[in-house]
Amino acid sequence: MRGAAPPERLKILIADDNASDRMLLSAIISRQGHEVLSACDGAEAVALFERSRPQLILMDAMMPVMDGFEAARRIKELAGEALVPIIFLTSLTEGEGLARCLDAGGDDFVAKPYNQVVLAAKINAMNRLRLLQETVLQQRDLIARHHKYLLNEQRVAKAVFDQVAHSGCLSAPNIRYLQSPYALFNGDLLLAAWAPSGNMHVLLGDFTGHGLPAAVGAMPLAEVFYGMTAKGYGLPETLREMNAKLKRILPVDMFCCAALICVNFKQQLVEIWNGGLPDGYLLHSDDRPHTPLVSAHLPLGVLSAGSFDDNTQVYPFGAGDRVFLLSDGVVDSTDESGEMFGSRRLQNVFVANRNPALLIEEVQWALARFRGQARDDVSMVEIGFTEPESLGPPSVIYTDSGDSSPLDWAASFEFRASTLRRFNPLPYLLQLLQEVHGLRLQSSELYIVLSELYSNALEHGVLGLDSALKRDADGFALYYQQRGERLDSLEDGFIRFNFQIIPQGQGGRLIVDVQDSGGGFNAEQVLALPPAVDQLSGRGLSLVRQLSHQCQWSSDGRTARVEFAWEGLA
Amino acid sequence: MSVTSERSSDGQQLTINIKGRFDFSTHQDFRGAYEKGADAKRYVVDLKETHYLDSSALGMLLLLRDHAGGERADVRLVNCSPDVVKILAISNFSKLFRIG
Repeated sequence: MRGAAPPERLKILIADDNASDRMLLSAIISRQGHEVLSACDGAEAVALFERSRPQLILMDAMMPVMDGFEAARRIKELAGEALVPIIFLTSLTEGEGLARCLDAGGDDFVAKPYNQVVLAAKINAMNRLRLLQETVLQQRDLIARHHKYLLNEQRVAKAVFDQVAHSGCLSAPNIRYLQSPYALFNGDLLLAAWAPSGNMHVLLGDFTGHGLPAAVGAMPLAEVFYGMTAKGYGLPETLREMNAKLKRILPVDMFCCAALICVNFKQQLVEIWNGGLPDGYLLHSDDRPHTPLVSAHLPLGVLSAGSFDDNTQVYPFGAGDRVFLLSDGVVDSTDESGEMFGSRRLQNVFVANRNPALLIEEVQWALARFRGQARDDVSMVEIGFTEPESLGPPSVIYTDSGDSSPLDWAASFEFRASTLRRFNPLPYLLQLLQEVHGLRLQSSELYIVLSELYSNALEHGVLGLDSALKRDADGFALYYQQRGERLDSLEDGFIRFNFQIIPQGQGGRLIVDVQDSGGGFNAEQVLALPPAVDQLSGRGLSLVRQLSHQCQWSSDGRTARVEFAWEGLA
Repeated sequence: MSVTSERSSDGQQLTINIKGRFDFSTHQDFRGAYEKGADAKRYVVDLKETHYLDSSALGMLLLLRDHAGGERADVRLVNCSPDVVKILAISNFSKLFRIG
């Protein structure tokens, strides 16, 4: 025992039918500082074990009633997962007999007559094993308990988060997606919502890291997304706010790769911003090759508000066209040799795809074939173009009574160049008009008409862009390029809104004048043209005419006047 | 995976080498490499022997950039393999770091 720690006091059971051997051994073991229990056959040993739970057993092999082999088997069974070392006491010398001791569940054996030093060393060695097993079991149970807590916490967090995430419109008929139920804890986030204009906003995000840290940013991001989309903000304002919020709350090394898209069904456009997600794709209904939607920006939450770039890309988007977005994990899946799936294999799936409804499944199959196993931690979403009539209208809930609704007022606003460059006044204006309860039922129409008039005033009036450019895909791209350039360098110009709310019986009327600083247009001539159905331009004016109760343009084409009316509320 | 660092003779430049995968397991070593000793004026992350980096590595590069002065930081990422360049390009990190 030189140099070793003083032996722990153990409760040791000695089973031997030979009384003198038993007494001799008891004396040795007691002298070594252990507590001794004695049994004179196997059956008694098993009974004593059940009653007193000794930590170690010294067992004679040959005993009456029940031999040591059977007793060892039973004790091991009773001990379960805990290690109760059994050392056989044996005068057996041939290999077969010794092997039988171990086969029966014995852990070691000592030969009679006993060598005290060897015996003490064996007891110590067995005790070390016993303690090791005990530690392993404790740690296993601790891990299992923690794992259970963790799963429960994730379940609760997910339930709370689902309340937020599913308030959107992911179930809309034009959206198909694949996401693991625990995507949140992979840092993946997929959100969709209707804007008051009838546009649809979709966000696919991928936070750095995994687990809870990756999930914490999701909640504030979702709140900004839903809040601002519902209030009628466009992509640039929403992106700026999301970026600023994440920058403020996340640690430096955390950020969110994201793509945000806005589908404008009425004008048949899709607007996209991609910061840090792998290339998305615009899949065309005809034979044109798909257009990659390349990440042109840093992820959300990296740049300060001042350096954040909210420039978006705009593409024509019509029946049969689809936008496909995916998180990393698809193209950077590796096979056994370390080769990546890559964007070429992904594009081959697009090319081979015949049934659009199966595209996401086909990507999954290709991935599974490539890796030899499926993976469930990738997110994919495909947004199609469904004619607006077949989509559910946005539902809006109001909580106040309307008693204090203002009913007789007028207000004018003038937004000048530096404001027009960066600021979208429409959500504010709409919010103001929402105070008039009679208008709330028409808020969607009102929003659409105001945004059409605003973009006409801005693009054709203030920026002097020619919508004839938009007659083909190249011109379309040029149009939006020019729009961005001219807006960035805008020095003068204005857009004026004049609102009048006039009470009338139980209801009332809203008259809106929108005037711009541009050169105007020949209103009579343009309005006389038949509405262009299949073209990339010219949808705005017919929409305004359809949705407002009255509309007219001043003869110089610089001022539009629209009118909305409502009846008394019950 | 291993992280080593080397300071230029005038002490102004710190070069950090990352061998193998640059991912979360490198976190402590990578931070240790630039936090020990006096602050350098310029930082170089040599990715010659880095064959993969993940998004947490991108996060660590942001930490280094923050440590080196944020917007005014002078951090270069050198000897990037085509795969690494691709990952940096998707995240548009070229807008934050000099990549060569």
